[in-house]
Amino acid sequence: MSWWQRLWHRQQMEDQLEKELGFHIEKHSAELMRRGIEPEEARRLARLELGGPEQVKEHCRDVRGTRWVEDLLQDARYALRMLRKNPGFTTVALLTLALGTGATTVMFAVVDGVLLKPLPFPEASRLVGVNSRSNEWNTKAFGKENVAYPDLLDCERDSRSLDLAGALFNGGTMSEPGEPEYVDLREISADLFTVLGVKLAHGREFLPKEDRPGAGPVMILGYSFWERHFGGRDVIGTSVVLDEKRYTVVGIAPPKFELYGQEADVYTPLGQNTAAFLLGRSAHPVHVLGRLRAGATLAQAQGEIGLIGKHLAEQFADTNGHRDLEVEPLRPDVGEVRSTLWLLLGAVSLVLLIACVNVASLLLARAVSRERELAMRAALGASRYRLVRQCLTESAVLGIAGGAIGVSLALVGIEPFVKLWPGSLPRADEIHLDWRVLGFALGVSLLSGFFFGLAPALRAPFRELERVLRAGTRTLAGSSRRLHSGFVSSEIALAVVLLVSAGMLGRTLVRLSSLDPGLNVHNILVARMALSPAVLADSGRIAAAWEAVLDRARHVPGVQSIAAVDTVPMREGNNQLGYWTTPDLPEKSKQPLALATSVTPDYFKVMDIPLREGRFFTDEDQLNTQRVIVVDDFLAQQAFGHKNAIGERLWIPDMPCVQSKLGPNGTTVSALIDCTEPYLIVGVAGHVRHWGLASDDQADVRAQFYYPFAQVPAPFYLRRWSELMSIVVRTNVAPLSLLGPLRHELRGASNDQVLYEVHTMDELASESIALQRFLLVLFGIFAGVALLLSCIGIYGVLAYLTGQRVPEIGVRIALGASPASVMRQVFVQSLAMILTGVGCGLTGAVMAARVLGHTVNGMGPIEPLPVMLVIALLIGAALLASFVPARRASRIDPMTALRAE
Amino acid sequence: MTEKSDLPQGTLDLLILKIVALGPVHGYAIAQRLQQVSRDVVQVPQGSLYPALHRLENRGLLTADWKDSETGREAKFYRLTRKGRAQLQTEAASWERLAEAIGLILRISEGGAE
Repeated sequence: MSWWQRLWHRQQMEDQLEKELGFHIEKHSAELMRRGIEPEEARRLARLELGGPEQVKEHCRDVRGTRWVEDLLQDARYALRMLRKNPGFTTVALLTLALGTGATTVMFAVVDGVLLKPLPFPEASRLVGVNSRSNEWNTKAFGKENVAYPDLLDCERDSRSLDLAGALFNGGTMSEPGEPEYVDLREISADLFTVLGVKLAHGREFLPKEDRPGAGPVMILGYSFWERHFGGRDVIGTSVVLDEKRYTVVGIAPPKFELYGQEADVYTPLGQNTAAFLLGRSAHPVHVLGRLRAGATLAQAQGEIGLIGKHLAEQFADTNGHRDLEVEPLRPDVGEVRSTLWLLLGAVSLVLLIACVNVASLLLARAVSRERELAMRAALGASRYRLVRQCLTESAVLGIAGGAIGVSLALVGIEPFVKLWPGSLPRADEIHLDWRVLGFALGVSLLSGFFFGLAPALRAPFRELERVLRAGTRTLAGSSRRLHSGFVSSEIALAVVLLVSAGMLGRTLVRLSSLDPGLNVHNILVARMALSPAVLADSGRIAAAWEAVLDRARHVPGVQSIAAVDTVPMREGNNQLGYWTTPDLPEKSKQPLALATSVTPDYFKVMDIPLREGRFFTDEDQLNTQRVIVVDDFLAQQAFGHKNAIGERLWIPDMPCVQSKLGPNGTTVSALIDCTEPYLIVGVAGHVRHWGLASDDQADVRAQFYYPFAQVPAPFYLRRWSELMSIVVRTNVAPLSLLGPLRHELRGASNDQVLYEVHTMDELASESIALQRFLLVLFGIFAGVALLLSCIGIYGVLAYLTGQRVPEIGVRIALGASPASVMRQVFVQSLAMILTGVGCGLTGAVMAARVLGHTVNGMGPIEPLPVMLVIALLIGAALLASFVPARRASRIDPMTALRAE
Repeated sequence: MTEKSDLPQGTLDLLILKIVALGPVHGYAIAQRLQQVSRDVVQVPQGSLYPALHRLENRGLLTADWKDSETGREAKFYRLTRKGRAQLQTEAASWERLAEAIGLILRISEGGAE
């Protein structure tokens, strides 16, 4: 029989053992009787010679090797019986644990799905990203930059260790077939799908010969876009029109195929794009990823690509001189979510810890009253190891039962949590309660079971059994008092950390909400606007087209005013440019940066941005007039101090300009926009919180200036700018109700101008503190749970401790103590525990505040008022929890109490 | 009555295997056989017989069936498995080698070694 069979057929084994030994004794005694010994004596001798059937049985059982499992099952059964016998204790303990493990499991599932799981590609560990690094501001702001397309091609050619592919983020208007729609475009290397190791859902990848300038336009559709726009029909081989160009559809990307966290609508070959910025080495727009070839290591690839980068730096000193190329493992790009998730996991662990401490103190109370039982078992021969194991088994059973309920809570809770996340949680599709999460939950349950079972287990008596057995349970209570107060104090301390954090978040949210965003956010509609591709192709028509758009929109009923702008406050996107107040510019890294925004004259009116001095733009500010800018008061202060900024000049080398010597065809434009010419400050406007209510104060670049859209030079810049422009509309009615009429009015002559990415300014402002609000809600819940659990803990411990002291209190009352003084005594005892906890908790809270300050934008320093408020709340609640035990103590009848002893 | 010696360590298993090798046999018969063949010289505590039998069974050297005994009562009869037979042979051989070697040493006459 195998080990498993022996374990499984335990009862059968026992029966057979009994029968076998019985047979032996019977035969032996029959033999003895034949020799003339009395039957009774014969039986006794037979037993004696066998060595006592029970002992032999024990030895035989040991031989089976299944002993520890049987003991475990026995302990578990015993534990379950104990739990059933104390339904009150069991319910509280299980609920507490279920809350703790449930919340922790949800958070872990999210952390696991979003942060820990590898990318959903085959052999994801062999995928790498290639980035460049320079001394320019992009590197400083983001830590790394993408790669110039020619640099990618050189790497592709020279690398022996990597298969490389690039992707360029872009967009365009698809005008055929169906309704015109703005689509999210990725221009990709032909072998991108191969490098990632994914197969297309239908059709084929791009061919290498299609990844070159002048090849026939081909397109792969994203799966969701294909289902949404084409209804999932077979469209391979049909043609679509994107930005005036006709493409043939050759494939459909696999479902849920996400590149850098986004599922694109359409893909085209990167090599067919002949835009100047892409063919030069000075712009770095291409995301590059690669797969290690068979046998190659990451270190090899890093060395190789680094070397190629050095060669390029020598060869193209002006563009690549200060630029390195580097390789790192490709990781999911989840942005700022990372620190927030760890923060929440930390907070949730505190709740779990409180739950554990709570159950530990409940268990300890029981352990003290069970001391005699355990001492009795020790006296009967149970080893200390055996008793400790039994205690731990009991708490493990409790832990696992609580964990099981917790996991079912997590099953229910995980979806609302992901939905509640402000904005969209990256990689939300990867969040599942799978075996990893279940394993984690099991681990947490067992670990917490072990943790809260340890204190009672270590109290298992071994020495001085006699004393324990002789003494009544009550006289022993004193020895556990310090441990109990310790538990309560640490619970309170943990609760203080959570409460103070929640208080700080609440205070922050109030402060942020009341901040002046610098503009009137109500009744403003914001949408990106794509001009007709035909217009964009002809730079001479662009300015007039914008004019027409604004004009038509102005006549839609409900529109109060309208303007066009390239970067909208509190939305993604910004344009940071270096500036200087004299013509002798320092090197780029020394120039202060400002946010540049190009606007049409009505922008300030639409946004209701206050004018501090000077004037806003007018229709007179044109290409052929003085180049003007409006700065915000932050920039004015930063650049000119208390001096009046009006009439001052700024040199801004990276503004859209055309150096006259570079004028390609000698047009008047090139003469007009001279990059060395400074910009005249004509107005000072109020500061606008571009980075959102929460983040603006911490932002690296806060200074702002505006320049007239009319002064953006054609041809190249105007087209590029036009692709970025949004319209902002101040309305008399609910902003979103105008979306339909505006869309209709702005379609353009060829019915292919679209509005997309529609927001209201209200929404953007509110979203800019959504994370803080979300955290406040969660921390509020955690803190509430912590408060509740601590109160339950205090109540339980005090009820237990006063219960133990009944005879003592009885004597006191008999000797003349008043009920009030007895109550006071219990309250003092409770207050001592609470204050110790608060003291320790405040130290922890100061550290938590520091973590919060680093993680959450807009957090102020720890403030005394909210801290005092939450601590008053905590002490109040804790004293309330002590009230019932205190009153019970004061009403003890001395006669009953003394008689009971 | 001569003084009985304790059974040397590990030899109980060997003896059991040998006895069982003679044919299917139940525990009590093994105990008796052990006593007979050892002519009351070696002390075989009956209490350690059954754990040893079960251990050998768990290790797959013995297997057992329930059959009617000579008295008509069902008893557990042990048989040698193929693995048990091989084990018996190797253990018996090594025991004989050991006994021979010890015998040799003991036969050396004192002072005779030069």
